[in-house]
Amino acid sequence: MDLRYSKEHEWVAIDGDIATIGVTEYAAGEMGDVVFMELPEEGSDVSKGDPVGTIETVKSVEDLYCPLTGEIAEINEGVLDAPELVNQDPLEDGWLFKVKLGDPSELDSLLDASGYNELIGG
Amino acid sequence: MNNDLKKTPLSQWHAENGGKMVEYAGFEMPVQYQGVLAEHAAVRETAGIFDITHMGEIIVSGAGATSWLENLITNRIAKTEPGQITYTAMCNEAGTVLDDMLIYRLAEQNWMVVCNAANHEKIINWMQSNIIDDVELSDVSDKTALIAVQGPRSKEIVASLDALQEHYGAFTDLEFYKFITVGDWIVSRTGYTGEHGYELYIPFADALSLWKELISSGKGKGIVPVGLAARDTLRFEVGYCLYGHELSENWTPLEAGIGWAVRMKKDSFIGLDVIKGQKESGVPRRIRGFEVLPIAIGEKTRPAPIARQGCELFCGDQRAGFVTSGTKSPTTGKSLFMALVDVDFLDCDLTVDIRGKQVAVKKQKLPFIAARVKGDPAASREL
Repeated sequence: MDLRYSKEHEWVAIDGDIATIGVTEYAAGEMGDVVFMELPEEGSDVSKGDPVGTIETVKSVEDLYCPLTGEIAEINEGVLDAPELVNQDPLEDGWLFKVKLGDPSELDSLLDASGYNELIGG
Repeated sequence: MNNDLKKTPLSQWHAENGGKMVEYAGFEMPVQYQGVLAEHAAVRETAGIFDITHMGEIIVSGAGATSWLENLITNRIAKTEPGQITYTAMCNEAGTVLDDMLIYRLAEQNWMVVCNAANHEKIINWMQSNIIDDVELSDVSDKTALIAVQGPRSKEIVASLDALQEHYGAFTDLEFYKFITVGDWIVSRTGYTGEHGYELYIPFADALSLWKELISSGKGKGIVPVGLAARDTLRFEVGYCLYGHELSENWTPLEAGIGWAVRMKKDSFIGLDVIKGQKESGVPRRIRGFEVLPIAIGEKTRPAPIARQGCELFCGDQRAGFVTSGTKSPTTGKSLFMALVDVDFLDCDLTVDIRGKQVAVKKQKLPFIAARVKGDPAASREL
């Protein structure tokens, strides 16, 4: 699937009007061992750029930002119970949440793979 | 990375071997290599090697050295023998902690003070401002490297060093908090992990070759390089204080729970009067251990969130204290924290405020897991 990326190191996969969001492999590697996750509530309305959760490693606490406006359609309960999935499988089992798009035009503001590679100096 | 940062003789090795370098106390230091959890587990189960060259080493000598130093510290050193090490706090006139440190008796009137990197300048300035005629200070930090080897297999790894073969018996008999000198090295049976371990003070020029020799002799014994992040989680689980967390200029060593390193019967030391007064009138706060409990949401149970330094504790709606250190303990898997708690609330069922939510906590005895610094280094741990 074609992925798009936010500057906050999230990947976004689009399927119809649903965007699935997770952290990039690069970010998962840089952060180190994830030991606690907080995700938004299903059904809550979110705006692009809102903090919607936290990712905690042994040493640090990072805000999780929503890259798109819409409604939280689903969260990955699996990473709440097993946060290490974010490190082990960030692109598949370690996905974080899905957003029902409120403003599809926002997708244009996301980076493509080459743009993201440039951002991380790849 | 900021170019003004100090490097150790091992900085390049770290960067070339997967070390993630960060700024710490003016040094460029490795915060982790393969990952905090794996590094932490290696030290508990086999062995880890640490570059802690950032620590400060100050030599105190001269005819008046012993009595002068004694007056600056809370613990007693005059009766120790050369080869012995003492853990102590150094306090200001207000009886609060400037730093905690190890003091090595090198000879009758010759001492090495090992202080925290973050407090190095403060301690040197404090010592200089209190100096007297027959005492000399020499800061050897800029030429002294410090390598720690910690873990149940540390003894066999260090014992195989070429330089130790002529001192083999003295090394293998070395007791906790004692050291031997080997040429211009100091081999010390100390550490900050709660495991059997050693700290080796060596000239800068010897650091890289010694590091490589330890890694190669430890290879079949599970040795891994360990960064500062795991050093912190290791000390946390065994309840060792960290300056800036459990120790501070804002409270006394009694509040921090290191009263065992304060000798009230000494005639004098800076801060004694205040500390004595506090003991007589009652210590107002205490460091205590806690576990954050998992959260029930409807029929589900969510893992316990992590209470970090600065999170506030409550007894009902009354503020009861604050977290000094907290993390998800790699060994136990529990969300644990240490906190400075007002004594009025020690018996209360407390909650901790984590990002605006009140979460129930349960008292846990400190240390969270027992240090096993004495006895058989390879003995298994009871959890």
